Amino acid sequence: MAEYTLKLRRYDPQSGEAPYYEEYRVDLEPHRSVLEAILKVKAEQDGSVGIRCSCRAAICGSCGVRINGRPGLACHTHLDKAAQTGVNADGSTILVEPMGNMPVIKDLIVDMDAVHWKKIQRVTPWLINKQPVPEREYVVPHENMVDVTQSMACIQCGACVSDCLSMEVDPEFVGPAASAKAYRFVGDPRDAEQYERLKDLAEDPHGIYDCTHCFTCIDACPKGVAPMNQIMRLRRIASNDHHIVDRNNGERHERTIVGLIRDYGLLHEAEMLPRSYGGYSWFAKFHPAAGAELLDSLPSITRAIARGKVNIKQAALGHRIPKADLTAVQGIYEKVEGKARRYELNLYISGYEDEEEAPAAAEAPAAVAAGGDAMPSAPGPDPQQPTSASESESA
Amino acid sequence: MPAHDVLIIGAGLAGQRAALAAADAGASVAIISKVHPVRSHSVAAAGGINAALNPEDSWESHAFDTVKGSDYLGDQDAIEIMCREAPDEILWLEHAGVTFHRNGTGHLGTRAFGGASQARTYYVADITGQAILHVLYERLMMHGERISRYEEWFTTTLLQDDAGACVGCVARDIRSGALEVFDAKSVILASGGAGQAFKPTTNALICTGDGIAQAYRIGAPLMDMEMIQYHPTTLAENGFLITEGARGEGAHLYNAQGERFMEKYAPNKLELASRDVVSRAEQTEIDEGRGFPDGTIALDITKVPRKRTLEALREIVNIGKDFAGVDITREPIHIKPGMHYIMGGVKTDSDGQTPIPGLYAAGEVACVSVHGGNRLGANSLLDTLIFGRRSGEHAAGRARAVAMPRSPVSALSDAQGEIDAILDRQSGGRRISEIKTELGETMNRYVAVYRDADGLATALEIVQRLKQEAPHAAIDDHGTVFNQDVLAAIELGYMLDVAEAIVVAAQERRESRGAQFRTDYPERNDEDWLHHITVSHDGDGPQLGTAPVTITKWQPQARTY
Repeated sequence: MAEYTLKLRRYDPQSGEAPYYEEYRVDLEPHRSVLEAILKVKAEQDGSVGIRCSCRAAICGSCGVRINGRPGLACHTHLDKAAQTGVNADGSTILVEPMGNMPVIKDLIVDMDAVHWKKIQRVTPWLINKQPVPEREYVVPHENMVDVTQSMACIQCGACVSDCLSMEVDPEFVGPAASAKAYRFVGDPRDAEQYERLKDLAEDPHGIYDCTHCFTCIDACPKGVAPMNQIMRLRRIASNDHHIVDRNNGERHERTIVGLIRDYGLLHEAEMLPRSYGGYSWFAKFHPAAGAELLDSLPSITRAIARGKVNIKQAALGHRIPKADLTAVQGIYEKVEGKARRYELNLYISGYEDEEEAPAAAEAPAAVAAGGDAMPSAPGPDPQQPTSASESESA
Repeated sequence: MPAHDVLIIGAGLAGQRAALAAADAGASVAIISKVHPVRSHSVAAAGGINAALNPEDSWESHAFDTVKGSDYLGDQDAIEIMCREAPDEILWLEHAGVTFHRNGTGHLGTRAFGGASQARTYYVADITGQAILHVLYERLMMHGERISRYEEWFTTTLLQDDAGACVGCVARDIRSGALEVFDAKSVILASGGAGQAFKPTTNALICTGDGIAQAYRIGAPLMDMEMIQYHPTTLAENGFLITEGARGEGAHLYNAQGERFMEKYAPNKLELASRDVVSRAEQTEIDEGRGFPDGTIALDITKVPRKRTLEALREIVNIGKDFAGVDITREPIHIKPGMHYIMGGVKTDSDGQTPIPGLYAAGEVACVSVHGGNRLGANSLLDTLIFGRRSGEHAAGRARAVAMPRSPVSALSDAQGEIDAILDRQSGGRRISEIKTELGETMNRYVAVYRDADGLATALEIVQRLKQEAPHAAIDDHGTVFNQDVLAAIELGYMLDVAEAIVVAAQERRESRGAQFRTDYPERNDEDWLHHITVSHDGDGPQLGTAPVTITKWQPQARTY
């Protein structure tokens, strides 16, 4: 047993008072969860503490909260770990607050309908069947179904939404959870509208190009859904497979960054806007949109220079890195771009490359053929196998 | 005041499937749930869903396995319906978007499961329930204009007209505390099981027997209540479920002496015998001193190829890591039998109709009875979907034939009076949590894998005492917004009613069949007990009755695995 102090953020909308913090002492073994501690408080000390919870085992997604400033499931966070992580961690005090980016209803309970579910609705969250619908099942590669399982594993807890930095800046941003939901259809070969879904999310100024790659959602997710990875996959399919060039300039901007790193090893700030708007041409600098964006960005640029984040000379002329380093960077590009198929990481199929496949695995009917190499529309182990639903027919 | 053709209470798989079917049949539909639908406990069903879909399989084989699994207490007409309709239901789900995992040719893949003579369990890794539940919710969103969703509304009472027909319910908007009367031509209960009456249990905190008790209180008979399934593989400390899919994929069970003891109890099916058989075997090993010191058995998943485990059993890899500190791909995990499922429930026919006109039930809240004395793994998802759909269709048909009823005028004030009485309780009684814990521990001690007359008598005595204490348990929260305290007080009453019905039915059945093993009556006795036991709320207490078991093709035989 160990003693912990639970510091809960309380809010009673009926009291007319501002939120406040209340402390409770709880004796529990360190490997017990924060939820168990809160339930013990409710059971023994104060039944008025509000928290949604049900399964206790990180499956139902009810108990999303912030623990010592970090989003997660209360049931999925051990007390000892909680007391040692985050700001002001002292090994015994655990601060529990409601999730962010969503209005608080009471205590630790937030209004998920107002934000999370509204965004889910935004991505047309149902399968639009490829026609004709077969008499029996759609015949599709096992890899595709395993691939979208990573998105299906989302339990809609809202932890990623809670701390999404882009959403903090732009509350209209479709956000990590809804994007992962979108990938669940985009990556599903039975869906008829892959292009339309991607076009829609790319053209939306609050869509997939609104993400700033901060990785917060990947850290936040208790189920390994890695929402940001799903957003990046949406972008790759949109741009590489469908050549969707969006009006927000997201696709060109991303392509520019990739190109600049390849050419210089580091970002070349002065080339960013011209290339994003005008492409690789020398005349790109005079693209009117680039000028407008430059004007718009002047305050940030000035601040960055004033704070020493940007060196004017390097920004204008480009950074120089040693030749060997640049060659190494370019080697990475060659290796990645030289692959016949796009390499995608996936929770369910990454496996462990260092391990030998046990002999029984080959006998298992549904075993995956290639450890980390599976991806959408990848041919399966059987060369006769259809690679898309359009080729399938009823068995 | 909302009025709908079909009102569904509970939004797990049975409720959502009923809503979609009723809407498809042209009815106006409302679905009420005390939690957001994707939080429903169907989300926890891991392993898969059974159907004889492969050409080399047959529905008869599936039906026979189910009948045998039920220890011949299942109603064979209903089992036939379920097994015949299973393949089409799987295809419906597949077309609706469920991401079933495939085999090497891209067709639907299967895994082996307990008590089944074929590998006929369709699955999505080990999140099958979650995947299906979330896909059904996608469909609910898609049909948002035809299906009104009341999410986080707590049903307090079912309403009846003067003739006794069910005409709606009273529910409390959890967010505001406001009560509302819902009028309906047909009401479908789909609010799940009552696992929280036991401690520990694999069931979620929301599984408090609400629908079973609500129907019981307005006179609907309950059936097979003595049949409580103890799942063979639950974590010792907290009762969390380790899916049967683990054994389906090839995991073994060992006692502390390293013996694969299932060789003794079920030489043919070993770990994949019926759940009641495996749980009893484990409990015997533990009771006879061959378990580990913490009263457990070892489940060895390292027998499954590691990559396969990481792909197909990912959720229990996480559960092992996060809740037991064990890497199941490297070492065995300690488990024991734990309360998991209630085969009994509100008695219905194969269209979900209860004996109360206008009231239907589907899923774990109901007893059709397709599971009889013991449910086969991966038959519960099937049960929820088949009978959820059939209830939805039938309820929509009924709605076409009857006029919109009027609820009793006093409905709202009566319900408000009950809530006010809870809020007004004087402090001084025991805490709700204390009573709930005593109930759970009592049930788990005396009404578990092995039972006898003395233990059951003790259990009944305690449950009845707790029923006296519960109305005096004070609450801390007197607000209206998200007052979980007042809901807990109501739920405690539901659990106590259900527990009492379970105990009296277990006392009544003086034989051993399926999940009911009486050490004082260790044999199955077809001559005297091949019938269902019903429990009705009549006047003040539970009244026992019987109902015949329907036998179509399969006469009772000795049951070995």
